[in-house]
Amino acid sequence: MKIIFLILKREYLVRVKKKSFLIMTLVTPLLVSCIWLIPIFFAMRGIDQKKIEVIDETGKFENTFKNTKELVFQTVKTPVEQAKKDFGKSGYDALVHIPVSILENPKSLKIYAEKNVSLDVKSGIEKAIEQEIENIRLLDAGIDRKVLESTKVDVSSDTYSLSDEGEKDSSSGAATGIGYLCAFIIYIAIFIYGVQVMRGVMEEKTNRIVEVIISSVKPFQLMAGKITGVALVGLTQFLLWILLTFGISSVMSSFLGESVGPQKRVEMMAQQPGVSQAPTVEKPKTEQKSSPMTTVLKAVSTLNIPLIIGCFLLYFIGGYLIYSALFAAVGSAVDSDTDVQQFMFPITIPLVLSFIMAQFVIREPDGAVAFWMSMIPFTSPIIMMVRIPFGVPAWEIVLSLTLLMGGFVGTAWLAARIYRVGILMYGKKPSYKELVKWVFYKA
Amino acid sequence: MNILETRHIVKQYAQHRALDDVSIDIPRGQIFGLLGPNGAGKTSLIRIINQITGPDEGEVFFDGKPLGPEHISRIGYLPEERGLYKKMKVGEQLLYLAQLKGLSERQAMEKLKAWFIKFDIKTWWTKNVEDLSKGMQQKIQFVATVLHEPDLIILDEPFSGFDPINANLIKDEILELREKGSTIIFSTHRMESVEELCDHIALINRSKKVLDGPKKAIKEQFKTHTYHVEYQGVLNDLNPAYTVLDKKPLEDGFLRANIRIPRDAAVNELVRDLIDHVNVRAFGENIPTMNDIFIKAVGEVPTT
Repeated sequence: MKIIFLILKREYLVRVKKKSFLIMTLVTPLLVSCIWLIPIFFAMRGIDQKKIEVIDETGKFENTFKNTKELVFQTVKTPVEQAKKDFGKSGYDALVHIPVSILENPKSLKIYAEKNVSLDVKSGIEKAIEQEIENIRLLDAGIDRKVLESTKVDVSSDTYSLSDEGEKDSSSGAATGIGYLCAFIIYIAIFIYGVQVMRGVMEEKTNRIVEVIISSVKPFQLMAGKITGVALVGLTQFLLWILLTFGISSVMSSFLGESVGPQKRVEMMAQQPGVSQAPTVEKPKTEQKSSPMTTVLKAVSTLNIPLIIGCFLLYFIGGYLIYSALFAAVGSAVDSDTDVQQFMFPITIPLVLSFIMAQFVIREPDGAVAFWMSMIPFTSPIIMMVRIPFGVPAWEIVLSLTLLMGGFVGTAWLAARIYRVGILMYGKKPSYKELVKWVFYKA
Repeated sequence: MNILETRHIVKQYAQHRALDDVSIDIPRGQIFGLLGPNGAGKTSLIRIINQITGPDEGEVFFDGKPLGPEHISRIGYLPEERGLYKKMKVGEQLLYLAQLKGLSERQAMEKLKAWFIKFDIKTWWTKNVEDLSKGMQQKIQFVATVLHEPDLIILDEPFSGFDPINANLIKDEILELREKGSTIIFSTHRMESVEELCDHIALINRSKKVLDGPKKAIKEQFKTHTYHVEYQGVLNDLNPAYTVLDKKPLEDGFLRANIRIPRDAAVNELVRDLIDHVNVRAFGENIPTMNDIFIKAVGEVPTT
C-alpha cells in the first residue's frame, strides 16, 4: 500500500507540475467564462441601429415594416438603379428592393448591402413580406385575416412527473440537457485521462526504466499507482475548472455589473442565444410570463441533483478505471506510437458506440436498449448518466454500479496480466493471439 | 556461505526454453561473472533473481531462505537496457527510486549527499535527466542501483556507455563495494573485465549452465599445456614428445614458437631441451584467457 502511494504521488506530482497542466487548467475556465460573458458584454454595449432603405414598387408594403430598436426602415421612391448607385453615400446599411412582380414571383425580392446582412435581419424581412403577401392573397380570396387568426390554436403543455411526492413540475428538456452534459464530460474525461495512462506506461517502457522499477515493486502496484495517480490529476483538474469558472465568471460579471443593475443582467442572460429564441423583426419579444432562464432553473431544481452528482462521480470514476486499465494494457503491449492505433481501436469502440447511442437513449430513456446498455460495464457510465436525470429505479442503479465494479475488477485483472508481460517485451508488435497467451502465462 | 543459490531453475516461454535446469551458487563477498552469448538465458536468470518473473520449476534461496518480497530491498539491479524518467529532476528521481527500495526520504537524502559529493556531481541535482549526457545518466543510474546498500548487486553490462575514465571510476566503485562486503553478480560480454574483476564465473549457453567455478580453477581446467618461446636458431631436434604447434619469425630476426608438452611432462625438461638447441630470449606458459575459455566452452557444446 505504501508503495502504491509512493507511485501515485510521483504520477500525480509529475503531471500537476507540468506547464501544460497549469495552462490547461487556467485557460479552460477563462474560455468558458468568455463564452458565457462575451455575449452579455456585447448586449450591454447597446445595440447598433441599422438603417434600411426600402424601395417598394408595388406600394403595398408601406406598413409592413415596423421600426424596432435595432432596425429603422425608410421607404423611398427613388428608382432602383439610382438607389443602388447612390447607396454608398446614402448612409443606409441595406437596401430592400420589392419589385412589382413580387406577388406572382415571391423569389424576386432583393436585398442589397455593402456587407452581408445578418441572417436575423434577412429572415425578418422575408417573413414580414411573406406575411403581407399572404394577407393580400387571402384578401383577394375573400378571407379576412382575423378569421384566419381565430382558427389558429397554440397548444403548449407543461410536463409533470408523477412520483411519490405527488405531482411535480418537471422538464424533460432540463433532464436531457443535464444527462447529455454528464455523459459528454465522462466520455471526454475517459479519453483524456485514459490516454494519459497509456502514454505514461509507454514512456516507462520505451525509456526502459520499467525494469528498474519492477525489480522494486510488483507490476500491478505500478499499474495501480499510475491509474489512481492520473485519476486524482483528473479530479483535481475538474475541481479547479469548476472553481475557477465560477470564480472568473463572478469576477467578470461583477465587473460588468458596475454599469448595469443585476435585474438587467439576469434579463440579458435570459436573452442569450440558445436560452431563448432569437428575436425576429416583425415580432419583437413583448410578452413572456417568465424568463427562460428562470424556467430552466426551475426545471433543473425539480431534478434530483444530489443523486445526479453522486452518480456522476461514481460513473466517472468507474468508467475511468475500467477504461484506463485497458489503456494501460495497450500501452504495455506496444513499443511505438504507430502501433497504438491498432489496439486502441477495439477499446474505444464501446466508448464511442455508447456516446452515439446516448442520443437515441435520451429519446427513449426507459427502452430495452437503454436498459441493457446501462447494465453493461463498458457502456453504462455514459448510458446510465443519460438516463438518471429522467429517473431510474434504484435497483437498476445499484445493479449497474455493481456490474461496473465487477467489470473493473475483471478488466484490471486482465489488464494486469497483459501488462506484466508486455512491459518487458520489446521488438515486434504482438498479435492478439499473443496477447491472449500473455494472459495465461504463469507469473 | 552462499548468498544466493538457484536450484534446477527452468523457465519456459511459449516456444522457447530460456533456462534449463540451471543451478548456481553465488558465494558471499565475491564478484561473480555471469557469462554467456546473446540469448543464452542470462537475462531470464537475472529477472528471476530480481523476482520480476518467476521460474516454472526450481527454487531460489537468498541467504538460505526461499527468495521472497522481503529480499527486494537487499538487491540492487542495474539492467542492461537502462533508462530514467527523462522529464524528472535527478534528485527527485533518485529519492523516488530509493524510496521504492524501502529507504525513508531522510535516509535516502543522507546517502545521496555522500554520493553526490563523492562523484562531484552536486550541480546535477536540479537538472532534468534529459539534459544530462548518456554517460552522466549512467552514473546516476549506478548510484540508484547501489544507494540502498544492497547485499547483492546485479550489474548487467555496467560499463557500456562509459568512457575509459568513468569506466575505471565505476570499476573502482565495484571493487570497493566488494571490500565492504557486498556480493556482485556481473553479467558481461567483455572478457577483459571478467579477467580483471571476477572471482568466480558461471557460463550459460543455450539455456544450460556449461561452466561454473572459481576463475582460477576454470583457468586450470582449460590449460592446454602449451608454452611459447622466443629464440634464435633452428628448432628441430627436440624431444619427440614435444609438439611444435607453430613457428613465426619476429621482426628482429628472432622466432616465436608454441610448443605443447604431454600433461605429465616437466616444464624444466622442456626448458633444458630448448637451451640445448636454440638461443632463448623469452619463455612462458600460454595461460588461457577468459576469451579463449568462452569461445571454447560455447563452441564445444554440441549442436542438436
